[in-house]
Amino acid sequence: MPLTIPREEYMEQGHTACAGCGAALSMRYMLKAAGPKTALAIPACCWSVVPGEFPATNLKVPLLYTPFAAAGAAISGLREGLDAQGKEDYNVFAFAGDGGTADIGLQGLSAAMERGHNVIYIMYDNEAYMNTGIQRSGSTPYGAWTTTTPVGMKRDFKKQNKKFVADLMIAQNVPYVATATIGYPEDLERKISIAKSIKGPKFIQILSPCPPGWYHNSADTVKISRLAVESKVFPLYEFRNGKFSLFKPGKTARLTDYLSLQGRFAHLKDDEIKVIEESVNERWSYLLKKEQS
Amino acid sequence: MTGNEAVAAGVKLSNVKVIAAYPITPQTTIVEKLAEMVANGELNSKFIEVESEHSAMSAVTASEMTGVRSFTASSSHGLLYMHEALHWAAGMRLPLVMTVVNRAIGPPWSIWGEHTDSFNQKDTGWLQMYCETNQEAMDSILLGYKIAENNKLLLPVMNMLDAFTLSHTSEPVEVRSHSTAADYLGELELESKMDFNNPAGYGSIVPPDGPFMEMKKDMRDSMYNATNAIKKEITTFNDLFNAELPGLTENFMMEDADYALITLGAISSTAKYTIRKLRERGQKVGLIRLYFYRPFPGEEIVKAVKGLKGLGVVERNLSFGQRGPTFEDVATALYGRVDVPMRNYVVGLGGRDVRVKDYELMFENLVEGNNEIEWVNVEAR
Amino acid sequence: MPFLPITYASTSTKILSSWRTSKPVIDYTKCTRCAICWKFCPDVAIDLVVDSRLKSPNEKFSSLEAPSIDYDHCKGCGICETECPFGAIEMVREEE
Repeated sequence: MPLTIPREEYMEQGHTACAGCGAALSMRYMLKAAGPKTALAIPACCWSVVPGEFPATNLKVPLLYTPFAAAGAAISGLREGLDAQGKEDYNVFAFAGDGGTADIGLQGLSAAMERGHNVIYIMYDNEAYMNTGIQRSGSTPYGAWTTTTPVGMKRDFKKQNKKFVADLMIAQNVPYVATATIGYPEDLERKISIAKSIKGPKFIQILSPCPPGWYHNSADTVKISRLAVESKVFPLYEFRNGKFSLFKPGKTARLTDYLSLQGRFAHLKDDEIKVIEESVNERWSYLLKKEQS
Repeated sequence: MTGNEAVAAGVKLSNVKVIAAYPITPQTTIVEKLAEMVANGELNSKFIEVESEHSAMSAVTASEMTGVRSFTASSSHGLLYMHEALHWAAGMRLPLVMTVVNRAIGPPWSIWGEHTDSFNQKDTGWLQMYCETNQEAMDSILLGYKIAENNKLLLPVMNMLDAFTLSHTSEPVEVRSHSTAADYLGELELESKMDFNNPAGYGSIVPPDGPFMEMKKDMRDSMYNATNAIKKEITTFNDLFNAELPGLTENFMMEDADYALITLGAISSTAKYTIRKLRERGQKVGLIRLYFYRPFPGEEIVKAVKGLKGLGVVERNLSFGQRGPTFEDVATALYGRVDVPMRNYVVGLGGRDVRVKDYELMFENLVEGNNEIEWVNVEAR
Repeated sequence: MPFLPITYASTSTKILSSWRTSKPVIDYTKCTRCAICWKFCPDVAIDLVVDSRLKSPNEKFSSLEAPSIDYDHCKGCGICETECPFGAIEMVREEE
């Protein structure tokens, strides 16, 4: 059977990601498409620990660790440093979590995209500060339990909607913006390849389920990723040269199929699920309209 | 040329390949000048107009990591905003050079000179040099890269010049020969640069039983042990460019001095003027100016203060709940080695003038020795 | 040269089998060599190998590359079992 994604591995075994880590798959897929001529910047996030302790690294590309808020600036510096040496054919990637992208790193990201460096920023979105122990981020969805939205007697789950960073990047008119998730590796590979082929700034948000953070069975990581798309909770889209296209999944799933596999939503009552359902539908119509306009 | 123009000229002489900077008064005219040089094709450098100082330092850290000479400049609050990234650059052992135009820290807002901004960074692993003249501001860029890029050191260098007094004031400056400078510095050859054939993790996590302490000790040892190499490098520089850089410190009329002050930066010039004046009146006074602050020139100070009857440490910065940092550092250097009565004088905060009569007062206080004063040229409240 | 915080060594020498509570076992008679398990392994712990000992009753599959679990690096997440369309992988509890 021919393989549907590249065979080459640039991520080695022996890394310290949790069992069933979605972010590990995100890295594995990203590097397959990126190839060996790639410089990587990683700010504080799970992946600042996953590659391994001194003296080891599990990546077969050079990786610069950066301060939390510095991914956007670091890829800017890497790009200009390489270009100054005529190494324009090398790729420069950021690989940052949702905290480092939607929250503390948003300014640096926005500015790097605005300056137009030839870089690819990957946000692996596991919807909370997982490396520090599951604290709420701007990218955490409504309804989720986290250690800083602990539900408790006063039903203090996250009451605000998820900040969709990819939408912000479209608002900035970044030349290529896409959402992807690890349940669709071929689609993810294709999007990274497109991003590589476009000169200028690119942004891809990859939903990356997190078994300990989402309280789901580690065996369900890929399944949940697909359910997120099929239930329209995490729509897959592409924005290229000002044109927006939305992926309509052939198979659809109910919202509760997605929620019920995750302990972080276990406390939700029917009316609270209804709130999520309404916002999912609202967002889907908004995206459909965006595609038509 | 102004101090800021001199810095820009030094950057051009150093053949810097990547510049990232964010504007802050009084640093702006440095980066404006550099942007102009890049725009005119005088300087073949990438210029990243970052959105913050944290990003400026993070960007040049990354570009230096690819193996190209990089530069930034900042001041005051901008420098404080860089603080985290300063540690990052030093910890990665990257030979960056940056210029700091020393400006006060608010609130209340003040755009004028004092040294608190860079004193707050003295523990980040950067070498620190305080310039007295615009010529020094230019020369210190070239010298800074030479020292930082020494394979035994590989630590970044921070050059200071005082807001407005140097940054925006014109003085005669001799621009060093471009070809001599090019030969002197050569191309950056950073062995530890990002290598695509032998990919590595740069800055990976180190557990408590890993070599974390050893790495930090190596940084500290490298800085301590750099003093001889720096002194040699200064001599070479002076010979090559016919320049007049001092050593780690400058001793002014110290040979037979009974009383002396320690100063840093531009306010040293007024101190020297005062000393000449007092010498005419027969007072045996002198000055030790600290050109380098990190590594701290303790040995030089020990040698210079032997036999003094009084030493005043002039502080253009502030620490709360303890005496000034320079006073502490000097006292540490002298502890158990030389016994000299010491006084600490806080001057010139927020751009307050440090006048001839202020220095006269300090010397008078050192000589009389009765009432201890700490603040100079301050209104009683 | 200074002591630099730069890491070159491979992590693949690290044995992570103790992380597991159960391990995936492939039934090669059911396996169609589709490589879906290889594709979805977050630990890069499934190799594709040509091995005549990994027999399939279906001749068509025998010459193809078969998945082989690298038990030194498998953390036992169970994604392969969930994703296998042919029910050819079963998670088996590790002995104490």
